Amino acid sequence: MLRGQQSWWFEKAPKIISTATIVGPLEGLGPLADTFDVIHPELDMNEKTWEKAERLMLNQATQKALTKANLDSSDLQIYVGGDLLNQIITNSFVARELAIPYLGVFGACSTSMESLAIVAQLVSSGAVKYGMAATSSHNATAEKQFRYPTEYGAQKPPTAQNTITGSGAAIVSLQGKGPSIEAATIGKVIDLGITDPFNMGAAMAPAAVDTIIAHFNDLNRTPLDYDLIITGDLASVGHPIAKELLLKEGVPINQTCFDDCGLRIYDIEQQDVQAGGSGAGCSAVITYGQIVQQLTEGKLKRVLMVATGALMSPISFQQGDTIPCIAHAVALKGMGVE
Amino acid sequence: MSKQKKKTVTKYSKSNMSSTEYQSFAKTQEPPRTVLKNCLMAFLIGGAICTLGQGVTELYMHFFKMTSEEASNPTVATLILVSVILTSLGVYDKFAQIAGAGSAVPVTGFANSMASAAIEHRAEGLVLGTGSNMFKLAGSVIVFGTVAAFIVGIAYIVLGIGGH
Repeated sequence: MLRGQQSWWFEKAPKIISTATIVGPLEGLGPLADTFDVIHPELDMNEKTWEKAERLMLNQATQKALTKANLDSSDLQIYVGGDLLNQIITNSFVARELAIPYLGVFGACSTSMESLAIVAQLVSSGAVKYGMAATSSHNATAEKQFRYPTEYGAQKPPTAQNTITGSGAAIVSLQGKGPSIEAATIGKVIDLGITDPFNMGAAMAPAAVDTIIAHFNDLNRTPLDYDLIITGDLASVGHPIAKELLLKEGVPINQTCFDDCGLRIYDIEQQDVQAGGSGAGCSAVITYGQIVQQLTEGKLKRVLMVATGALMSPISFQQGDTIPCIAHAVALKGMGVE
Repeated sequence: MSKQKKKTVTKYSKSNMSSTEYQSFAKTQEPPRTVLKNCLMAFLIGGAICTLGQGVTELYMHFFKMTSEEASNPTVATLILVSVILTSLGVYDKFAQIAGAGSAVPVTGFANSMASAAIEHRAEGLVLGTGSNMFKLAGSVIVFGTVAAFIVGIAYIVLGIGGH
């Protein structure tokens, strides 16, 4: 049901009944290592190409989510997924394996919540009984496509973010147990003219702020309604900017825990990742890993996950264009929370 | 929504910061670039690579009785070989994050740019992958190097200095 201009309130709240997270070596050395299902010790995962490695990871995530829910892919009526590669090719191959109706989506790093919101809406409206949302990113495939060859020695500035290697999948349904999806707020494209692709945090921060404010206004909520409001990869440059912008707009964001996936995934001081993590997989592996676990265990009651995406292409920034950004928010509620 | 607590919440307004205002604000939030440290590291590591090159030249001169001019080509080849091996082992890019221009400017950086592109695009085949992508990064060095040489050559002719 529409609330305000941008938010969907789910009268029948769909539940996340199963999740799976697969990550690469660098993420496996990070502070969240014990929240992931599988950690690959090698970046190439013994595949011939980086692209095949990413595909393997996403395949594993979707299969693991099915196994955990004790379901077969034929029990699902929709698969919504996206990744960072051209033509979201990783997902098309994974959807081929699943052999179920498929909607491919692209929202750069916001794809995780974009796909989850769409699946939640389809489940809540009764269009499907079981749906899966999945997202992935791979450091080497992203470097190859957006930046330089993996082994090229270019010095990265301190504002740069490290694309994470990881895939996350979630199965959503009205039947079964799990944290529920209360609402989703679909973001608008916000572009305040940042052109530096090595400073995506600053480019995306206003989009996160816009969506968070829209969410509160549409649902008559305040930061106090959530135990945790977590942005999807603004990292150490963008996250403080978002916080300051929210405070400037009069949103008392410091009343609750306001964190960022790009800051959580790595140990920023110890691991060589500049400003922190990014990538479509980043918010996916944290939401479908740590956050869903804590919502299930009752450690968290309500969480607002705001995944942010920088929607530029390698051509657009080379031509000097600005970076259009977006953020999608999904409100999650723990089990047994009224 | 029926189960939700009814409460009155003041709507948050949006001040609509202009692009220029935001850009200058964002600029103040960037961590300062460690320019001095970067310059120092580039100087030290770039200098070390050149010293290594000089050492290799001396070796060729000493053991193979080459003149310094004769020794320059095998020296460059040796440094390229070292750079390609380090690139293949996945070490050069990590080293470059510390060295910056120090590892990019010497011939080892040029070799790294070609080797890394060649390795990266091998997956797309020898012709369309390695063959056509090898100069992806190094190509501009060649283009602008040739253009610069052309301009300098013209200057020599016009000014009547050098040349034969």
